[in-house]
Amino acid sequence: MKNNQYIDFYTQVRDTIAQRSCTLMNAHREEVLRVFSEQGFPSKKVERYKYTDVAQDFAPDYGIQLSASAAERTEFCCSVREADIDLTPYYNNIADRQDSIVALNTMLAVDALLIHVPRNIRAKHPIQINNVLKGKQDTMVNRRILVIMEEGSQADIIITDHAVDHQQFLTNQVIEVHCADNSHLNLYEIEETNLMCTRYSNVFIREGRDCSVRHTVLTLFNGHTRNACRVEMTGENSEAILNGCVIADKMQRVDNNTVIRHMVPNCQSRELYKYVLDDSAVGAFAGMILVDKGAQKTSSSMTNANLCSTRQARMFTQPMLEIYADDVKCSHGSTVGQMNDQALFYMRQRGISLSEARLLLKSAFITEVIDSIPLEALRDRLHLIVDKRMRGELSKCEGCKLC
Amino acid sequence: MEDITREFVNKDYEYGFHTDVHTEIIEKGLNEDVVRLISEKKGEPDWLLEFRLQAFRNWQTQKQPSWAHLDMPQIDYQDISYYADPTASAKKDGPKEIDPELMKTFDKLGIPLEERMALAGVAVDAVMDSVSVKTTFQEKLKEKGIIFCSISEAVKNHPDLVREYLGTVVPYRDNYFAALNSAVFSDGSFVYIPKGVRCPMELSTYFRINAMGTGQFERTLIVCDDDAYVSYLEGCTAPMRDENQLHAAIVEIVVKDRAEVKYSTVQNWYPGDKDGKGGVLNLVTKRGHLRGVDSRLSWTQVETGSAITWKYPSCILSGDGSQAEFYSVAVTNNHQQADTGTKMIHIGRNTKSTIISKGISAGKSQNSYRGLVKVGANAEGARNYSSCDSLLLGSSCGAHTFPYMDIHNDTAIVEHEATTSKISEEQLFYCQQRGISTEDAVSLIVNGYAKDVINKLPMEFAVEAQKLLGVSLEGSVG
Amino acid sequence: MLEIRNLHASINGKEILKGINLTINDGEIHAVMGTNGAGKSTLSNVIVGNPAYEVTEGEIIFNGQDILEMSTEERANAGIFLSFQHPVEIPGVSMTNFMRAAVNARYKAQGREPLSAGDFLKLMREKRKIVELDNKLTSRSVNEGFSGGEKKRNEIFQMAMLEPTFCILDETDSGLDVDALRIVAEGFNKLRKPETSAIVITHYQRLLDYLKPDVVHILIDGRIIKTGGPELALEIDGKGFADYVAQ
Repeated sequence: MKNNQYIDFYTQVRDTIAQRSCTLMNAHREEVLRVFSEQGFPSKKVERYKYTDVAQDFAPDYGIQLSASAAERTEFCCSVREADIDLTPYYNNIADRQDSIVALNTMLAVDALLIHVPRNIRAKHPIQINNVLKGKQDTMVNRRILVIMEEGSQADIIITDHAVDHQQFLTNQVIEVHCADNSHLNLYEIEETNLMCTRYSNVFIREGRDCSVRHTVLTLFNGHTRNACRVEMTGENSEAILNGCVIADKMQRVDNNTVIRHMVPNCQSRELYKYVLDDSAVGAFAGMILVDKGAQKTSSSMTNANLCSTRQARMFTQPMLEIYADDVKCSHGSTVGQMNDQALFYMRQRGISLSEARLLLKSAFITEVIDSIPLEALRDRLHLIVDKRMRGELSKCEGCKLC
Repeated sequence: MEDITREFVNKDYEYGFHTDVHTEIIEKGLNEDVVRLISEKKGEPDWLLEFRLQAFRNWQTQKQPSWAHLDMPQIDYQDISYYADPTASAKKDGPKEIDPELMKTFDKLGIPLEERMALAGVAVDAVMDSVSVKTTFQEKLKEKGIIFCSISEAVKNHPDLVREYLGTVVPYRDNYFAALNSAVFSDGSFVYIPKGVRCPMELSTYFRINAMGTGQFERTLIVCDDDAYVSYLEGCTAPMRDENQLHAAIVEIVVKDRAEVKYSTVQNWYPGDKDGKGGVLNLVTKRGHLRGVDSRLSWTQVETGSAITWKYPSCILSGDGSQAEFYSVAVTNNHQQADTGTKMIHIGRNTKSTIISKGISAGKSQNSYRGLVKVGANAEGARNYSSCDSLLLGSSCGAHTFPYMDIHNDTAIVEHEATTSKISEEQLFYCQQRGISTEDAVSLIVNGYAKDVINKLPMEFAVEAQKLLGVSLEGSVG
Repeated sequence: MLEIRNLHASINGKEILKGINLTINDGEIHAVMGTNGAGKSTLSNVIVGNPAYEVTEGEIIFNGQDILEMSTEERANAGIFLSFQHPVEIPGVSMTNFMRAAVNARYKAQGREPLSAGDFLKLMREKRKIVELDNKLTSRSVNEGFSGGEKKRNEIFQMAMLEPTFCILDETDSGLDVDALRIVAEGFNKLRKPETSAIVITHYQRLLDYLKPDVVHILIDGRIIKTGGPELALEIDGKGFADYVAQ
């Protein structure tokens, strides 16, 4: 078993990790080592990992980054080591402790970034976290982020992934988001890396009452990506919106896996994921809406629409509902199809070439997701990036000074 | 709504009686000797025994699947008798005589075996426990070259046909229950429609589990040759018993060039009592292979019975231009659990499939739709439309939808939609205001909801199914 | 400008056009009138090269060149424009992006440099006025949420942007009230250059009052069964097609 390399590595460096890290994080390491040792990497037989070959993605001999975060302290962000509040009730609390990939992160992450928006504070500007992968050797990064939205707070958080060097990079990210009552969060994740990058992301969000959370994940350029997002709605009158778009070609693979659990009555959730697949790209979407017994008046909808442009492209889609309450309105729909011939003809009659017309339709297909972004500057920028991406002009990340 | 619930009275399972007839039952337990014994009792040729033994050996290597959304009781496969023959004593007296008790039983079930009393235009193969009791209208069908008989008879009289097709659609290694069935299958129907023949009457098999402590492992094989047509109906009931009864069947259908098969099921096995005690475990593998160009297959099922239903009537669309349909109504009440749906595997070009599934959950039941739509790399122009709706009656039940789509062709168009909702109070009120009792209103609304599927059934079955929907949901609405 | 010889065309294997002959000289306007299902829309679709239709026989010569082998967009960039009877809605594609792509394709075909964003927007503003098209409409998705009249005005607006030399107006008047009809028709007349030719497909005289056709054809069951001057249209407007259908 290849996962031995991670266990061996950890047992060798556990003291170094413990020294460089902090009590908060060290407290969990032995438990997750046990979980990881027992389970190993999930096989494709594990339902929620069905579309991703985890063992293969983790097989390369990566150098594992063990330095503490270099991020400077800002108004809302700092390392968990410098936190002003006790983080014990938050750290590794809502993350799935039985998930091997999460366990691996918890075992190996040396530092964690805390984003803390205090009570009744609104972060005026978006908080942007840019991750730039660079290095002279194949590297694995275990990124950990803890977001605490106190009561009545509001923030926009943008997390971007870029890669500078052409090495194999493996990012294993875990984000835990705690939203106290009446907090409002827009969380964006934008991936623009390269074909040699593998990304595993596990986002866990817990909402109190009267909250609104919007999570938008955009995979614009990547190698292999698996994004999981799990939302627990624990207070009434809350809303969760999960949107995503994927543009993939060549041999890229993108797997989005979502679970929204309605635990209480009167909440709303909406999901919209759109994929444009070209060449030999493989896309997967597995969405689950779970309505607990008693979660009456739940209103939920899930849409997954996909456009496959070639014979080699392949799409797996699995929109699921699991419902234990009767007074609910839930729906889901998914489609896999091609471009509208009539629309193509209309454009060609106006003199637009077939390839350009296809491009416009592909961009338009994705537009619905981009247009749903409330942050105007980001929206405009993404329109531009998507257009460039579609035209194949996005060979490196747009506007990044380092690249 | 909760008040309305209480207005209902629970209606008993209508077909829960037991027939007192001498039945030869072999000893409980399963091993190679039992497989050999079943084969010997049926006087089977060696190739079939070999098939059974291979299946049995394969079964021993498999594990009972656990992926379904079902809370399955432990099944002790050694505590079941794998062969029960209610016609055994009659056989000694003479081959043509049928025990009058058996005739009465089927009469009581509404399935008269006297041809003169039979429903117009329906030929019936009646199977009780492990043995086919009688097949009607065989002579009449023979005139057209149609073979309709029990599979045991077919093995004797048409061994080449059976050997050519048996296990080619559902191989014994397909799944745990398929392997089990292939090892110990007892009776079931065999249908062969020759080239160019439209079967003039509905063919029907009626399955009845009677004996205690037995399982039923029927096997049905339908072959519809080029340009032929048949409509086939299947019905099932069982007595009320406290213990679970195992029913693990296989249905294989082969559809050739331009042929058409309609397969309809009204499944009303004993569902267990109000508290979830007893009931049939209905674990069935049904699959049709659309081998021919422009062939058609449609599955229609109304599932109201069984404690547990695990069943996914599927279609492999190999022939270019083939079309498949799956229409399903699954009702669960009290403690019933159903995990049912279909698989549509598109392999040929310009193939088309439609899935319409209506789940109705009541009481403390769990009702899941599980379906796969797969479009292979060479299935140019494949089309699928799926619609899966769930209706919830009461706040203690569950309705789940697990659709899987695997699309590997850019010319495919696949659409899936699903909704889950509860029975509308406005609709109920409107009916009531017009003087319709709550009970009738629910039946009306549910039947309206299931109409798309019921309409697909042949007339006699449609009426039966409508009644069943009403009855199955009595005492459930909330 | 355009010459059609013995044109046969079918859709889904069904023959609709059964031998059309038609010659349109520079600067001429031809009206094509006929019953529903006679093949009028098929004719316009075949001229612009809709891939859904199959030409089984005959030729279409445009400015001396057989265009049947040309793709839809090549024909468009050669100067052929169809005002669609039912303009399709294209959700998510903004009018601006759409038009910009079309104008640039046209310029490229003509060997001209693409317009700068500023010049393009200026051009949009200018041309919009001709058909009194609301500013808001051009910022929306193509035809999405447009009323019937707005869709037709949008077609003429696009014509203004693309400056074709040969136009087909396929029932551009249907569903328009008097004012909208006037705007569309006057817009067309304003845009028209002396050499511009057109086929106008219509059921009604009122559009022809504005456009003044030089030649009128009657198309029944896939064939042109009568050709005449403007008086023919007036006759049809009065009596309908009964005389011709009977033949």
